[in-house]
Amino acid sequence: MAAEDGSQSTVDAITGDVTAADRRRNRRVRRLLFGCAAITVLTTVAIFFALLDNAFSFFYEIRLYEFLLGGEFSQRVSVWEFVAGTQWYPNHGIAPAFGILPLLAGTFLIVVLAAFVAIPIGTATAVYLSLYASPRTRAYLKPTLEILAGIPTIVYGFFAISFITPVLLRGLLGPFGIEVGRLNALSAAIAVGIMTIPMVASISEDAMAAVPDGLTHGAYAMGASKYQVAIGIVIPASLSGILAAYILAVSRAIGETMIVALAAGHSPNLTSDPLAEVQTMTAFMVHQVRGTSAVGSVEYQSLFAVGLALFLITLAANLLNDYVKRRYREEYR
Amino acid sequence: MATSEPTVDDLAPTLETNVAADEPPADAGEASEETVLHASDLTVYYGTEQALQPVTAALPEREVTAIIGPSGCGKSTFLRCINRMNDQIDGCRVEGKLRFYGKNIYDNDVDPVALRRKIGMVFQKPNPFPKSIYDNVAYGPRIQGCDDDLDATVESALRRAALWEEVSDRLDESALDLSGGQQQRLCIARAIAPDPGVILMDEPASALDPIATTKIEDLIEELAEEYTVVIVTHNMQQAARISDRTMVFLTGGELVEFDRTAKIFAEPEDQRVEDYITGKFG
Ligand SMILES: Nc1ncnc2c1ncn2[C@@H]1O[C@H](COP(=O)(O)OP(=O)(O)OP(=O)(O)O)[C@@H](O)[C@H]1O
Ligand SMILES: [Mg+2]
Repeated sequence: MAAEDGSQSTVDAITGDVTAADRRRNRRVRRLLFGCAAITVLTTVAIFFALLDNAFSFFYEIRLYEFLLGGEFSQRVSVWEFVAGTQWYPNHGIAPAFGILPLLAGTFLIVVLAAFVAIPIGTATAVYLSLYASPRTRAYLKPTLEILAGIPTIVYGFFAISFITPVLLRGLLGPFGIEVGRLNALSAAIAVGIMTIPMVASISEDAMAAVPDGLTHGAYAMGASKYQVAIGIVIPASLSGILAAYILAVSRAIGETMIVALAAGHSPNLTSDPLAEVQTMTAFMVHQVRGTSAVGSVEYQSLFAVGLALFLITLAANLLNDYVKRRYREEYR
Repeated sequence: MATSEPTVDDLAPTLETNVAADEPPADAGEASEETVLHASDLTVYYGTEQALQPVTAALPEREVTAIIGPSGCGKSTFLRCINRMNDQIDGCRVEGKLRFYGKNIYDNDVDPVALRRKIGMVFQKPNPFPKSIYDNVAYGPRIQGCDDDLDATVESALRRAALWEEVSDRLDESALDLSGGQQQRLCIARAIAPDPGVILMDEPASALDPIATTKIEDLIEELAEEYTVVIVTHNMQQAARISDRTMVFLTGGELVEFDRTAKIFAEPEDQRVEDYITGKFG
């Protein structure tokens, strides 16, 4: 019967060799793509273990892998001293001190001051772009932001020591009799803040643009002004994306190296004075790697302990970012 | 409850109201005592594309005016002219006049934000804010700064929107957890909470099932006792059931006929309207 022939050919078509070949090709492509994706995961894991391996020898004189193979260890620095010590003089000949707190405090000071620059300006820029700017202004402003994001950070570093400190800070604070040193946390933090504005602005703006038009139009139709729409509707509805932008910017600021190495100084001071010289974790690492200490020595291996701390802090920031995104995802449907 | 007369002063406090039209209105749009909205030669362009042929029409107070016509004929466009939501659309240009209690809302001294506080709108797709039920209804009164006795305002709006019974015990829950029909009634409650006087609805029931639709229709009839309602609908029976007057737009953005609903459905003047209503066209 014709109908049976027809249905038989359909069955052949959906079960035939063609699909078997197709399936094989699909499988190969999937494996290749998975391999590429796996590289990033493997790299992250490899970096973590390299840091851990070396950091181990900072504390216990031998590398972790040597220890695992049965090597003898002797403690050089206690984990407690490293985590809670308030002095950081790794290169001191007679009485070295390995407390990371001054470096943490330096990083923290820079990050907080930078956040005071980047978060208000970045958020305001995002609100302006998504609600106020005419299409023409937008067309100019967005590429400008991208240029700002593309400037090498060393240029920001020079900007800090050649403009922010001598012109801006001395110009503003000088008349009040406040002395501004050549190297200081504030100047570096302002530069770091400016550097992260585009990040805050563009990620926040993406989040704001994702707020459905139905919501904003609903608010406008109620007689809300632009400001009321921004504060009452758009920002709350895109809060998860905005917070994610802040967290990413903060973790970017934590890891920022060139600007702070140039402009914040090299004195590991445990201070909250914005005009003091501070040393961040990253600036220390740059400084140390260029120094004269021998590979394997405790002062050299301190690099890896600090690096591991940095890695864990940024990892925590990224996990927090993930959590915030998931936690607040269902603001609108 | 519905505020009416002093509206113009709110919009343009510095100007005398020009109730007298500066040109005699055309037949379709004879302005009279009860006229709330009076369009004269109202034309809309999107870029260079003309979406609305010159519309002249007078909409009376406390009546339901239905807008019908085939898809793309400019119904939503006309509706958005009334509360200047077209301002939100890039490249949209409005010409001609639309008088609201005699005041042309396209005059430079009219603030669209103030205008929209007098003219509420309900959208096709329910669009509750991602806030609690209470905060949704309280939104209008709050942004307008008239939030004394907010509880009473919210309850009254929810009652008038026939939603109070269903939500009175969970006002603090998210509005997004309501069903589609409940969300749409919530949006109606939100629109009437600040007592706007005029309510625009753009196919408010098209996303709803028949039972929810019936509720909304009953609601519209009740609202017409206090408010002037302008409603866009694709549903001819709906227009016939709930409206006092009907505007028929046809393809090209032309207002072909505007008359009492009974008249439009019984003996339309224009052959094209008859064809459209009887389903021969559009
Ligand atoms: N934002 C816009 N930009 C450009 N053109 C538009 C825009 N909105 C509507 N138009 C055009 O204007 C005309 C009228 O559109 P409108 O949305 O008013 O029609 P409608 O009668 O509401 O249709 P529907 O019944 O499908 O909702 C259409 O030709 C449409 O393509
Ligand atoms: Mg429409």
